[in-house]
Amino acid sequence: MASDTPQLLQMLRTMILIREFDELAIRLRVAGKIYGAVHPYVGQEAVAVGVCSTLTVKDRVTSTHRGHGHCIAKGADIRRMMAELFGRVDGYCKGKGGSMHIADFAVGMLGANGIVGGGLPIACGAALAAQLEGRGDVTVCFFGDGAAAEGEFHEALNIASVWRLPIVFVCENNQYAANNAVGVQHPLTDISAHAAAYAMPGVKVDGNDVLAVHAAATAAVSRARRDGPSLLECKTYRWRFHAMRAAIPPETRPAEEIAEWTARDPVARLERHLLDRGAVSPAELEKLRAQVAADLEAAVAFAEASPFPDPRDLLVDMFAD
Amino acid sequence: MREITFQRALEEAVAEEMRRDARVITMATDFTGDPAAEFGPARVRYTPISEAVLTGMGLGAAGSGFRPVVHWRMVTFSFVAMDQVVNQASKIRYMFGGQANFPVTYRCTTGGGMGLAAQHSQSPYSMWMHLAGLKIVLPSTPADAKGLLKSAIRDDNPVVSFECSRLAGVSGAVPDGDHLVPLGVADVKRRGTDVTIVALAYYVQEALAVAEALAGEGISVEVVDPRTLVPMDVETLRASVRKTGRLVVVDEAPATCSAASEIAALIAEDPETFGVLRAPIRRVCAVPVPVPYSPPLEQAALPSREDIKVAVYEVLKDSPRRI
Repeated sequence: MASDTPQLLQMLRTMILIREFDELAIRLRVAGKIYGAVHPYVGQEAVAVGVCSTLTVKDRVTSTHRGHGHCIAKGADIRRMMAELFGRVDGYCKGKGGSMHIADFAVGMLGANGIVGGGLPIACGAALAAQLEGRGDVTVCFFGDGAAAEGEFHEALNIASVWRLPIVFVCENNQYAANNAVGVQHPLTDISAHAAAYAMPGVKVDGNDVLAVHAAATAAVSRARRDGPSLLECKTYRWRFHAMRAAIPPETRPAEEIAEWTARDPVARLERHLLDRGAVSPAELEKLRAQVAADLEAAVAFAEASPFPDPRDLLVDMFAD
Repeated sequence: MREITFQRALEEAVAEEMRRDARVITMATDFTGDPAAEFGPARVRYTPISEAVLTGMGLGAAGSGFRPVVHWRMVTFSFVAMDQVVNQASKIRYMFGGQANFPVTYRCTTGGGMGLAAQHSQSPYSMWMHLAGLKIVLPSTPADAKGLLKSAIRDDNPVVSFECSRLAGVSGAVPDGDHLVPLGVADVKRRGTDVTIVALAYYVQEALAVAEALAGEGISVEVVDPRTLVPMDVETLRASVRKTGRLVVVDEAPATCSAASEIAALIAEDPETFGVLRAPIRRVCAVPVPVPYSPPLEQAALPSREDIKVAVYEVLKDSPRRI
């Protein structure tokens, strides 16, 4: 149980950082400072933070197209993330990947992925490596409700269970697969129900309650270190659009639904929890937010100071020597 | 030197690399022989029939410090794993800026001539060549099969080993000891002066048989085997064509967007080589149909020795031989 104040404050800080990073990314994309597609994680912060706060740096994660939150929660450097969005040489991928392909292998973040379900097999391979190494490390595989309709999801859960791989499958059920509601895509809207078919625990948790996510992830990670896989479904909601390029797309979801979910703001919820306990004062919260803003400003400055890649380096990194 | 089959040579390659390096593991739905008896069930994984997850697990384990050898069995089954091959394996190193290496080897059988009909008789290596990010080997002899597969397993990149079905039972001399064939080095299988035949896999031995027959007619054929399709040893191919002035490319994949087409283009695009071409380049490839089952139909679909011989006559007819 995450109960000590320093850890909770750290979790709150990370959640605010994730939210503000992606709100900033949207503004930067609208301003034409960054390129390609942006898939904001806003609203889902409790999932990445609740889960990754149970991991060590040796544990590995795979991510999705909506991956900034997982990167930050796993300990990636926002300056190098921002430089990647800006397409600069100091970005994590030297400007070759952009938003959808940020990875930081040094902290066990094995990459965002532009293909729904594409990360599940890779996560199983990382878990197989951990099993063979026998040091008790685990892999967490993040994916959305949409991925549960992909064959790779079923192949991955099947083999992970048969081989008792040290892995936790974390489904972020944000209610929409791209722009299609979960109810029209799946016969059951609880993705965790699939766990029974693969003889593993399937747990459903309020994905907007970081303490609940943390507690459920603690149990699943502990099981993975000892016994094998489980499926953890976090019910959440993306506040913003599925994806943007040059312009923010029009909203197609019902206004009442959006209002209902934004009222369950995971960041505000943790703030209230800390304020109610007297663990933090409003002034300290202001300071924390100011620090996040300053860090993001520094990240943008770092990115803008970094040069663009030299076209002569186009072929660098194609193959290892 | 011992004489062993192509299939045996491939099995030896994996076993020797597993003995040499504890980080080499292997995964497949089935294995020839019982490698688990020597290496144990942790490193020899019998898997569910789940090609997508196997292919991706190879990447994930490779990016986490292991050297997996994933056997798709037949190349046909790799198509079930298209996402992991096309979107992940071929791009994962580059799109992450070279942060990690992915030393995974994918093995599969390839080619027709076995009466296995449309799905299980394909030679789709050019599809993988097109991806820019996979190394590809396509051996034609037991020695090359062993040496290339050992090099593939030691290579720090995803490598696909295409292993021709019709060669599985063919025997040949294989050097003793730690026999390695470097990736990206072609081999001149027969020296000649009048015509270069660049042949792939099974068609190397067919080209050699045609070359032998044509020698009796006073025609000197050079047979070159690229052995590795990515990276392609284009210098050896061009040097041969610059010597003979004539090129026939033989492969059992259909010609459209094929390895044969790529080889023809690499020759024709080089000003120095183009300048000494004495006849148009000829491709001898499969007819562009799904490979049929019935023997007379299958034979009609795949290249024959007669087709190769006719192509050689044609490139010679197009221009007189140098005296």
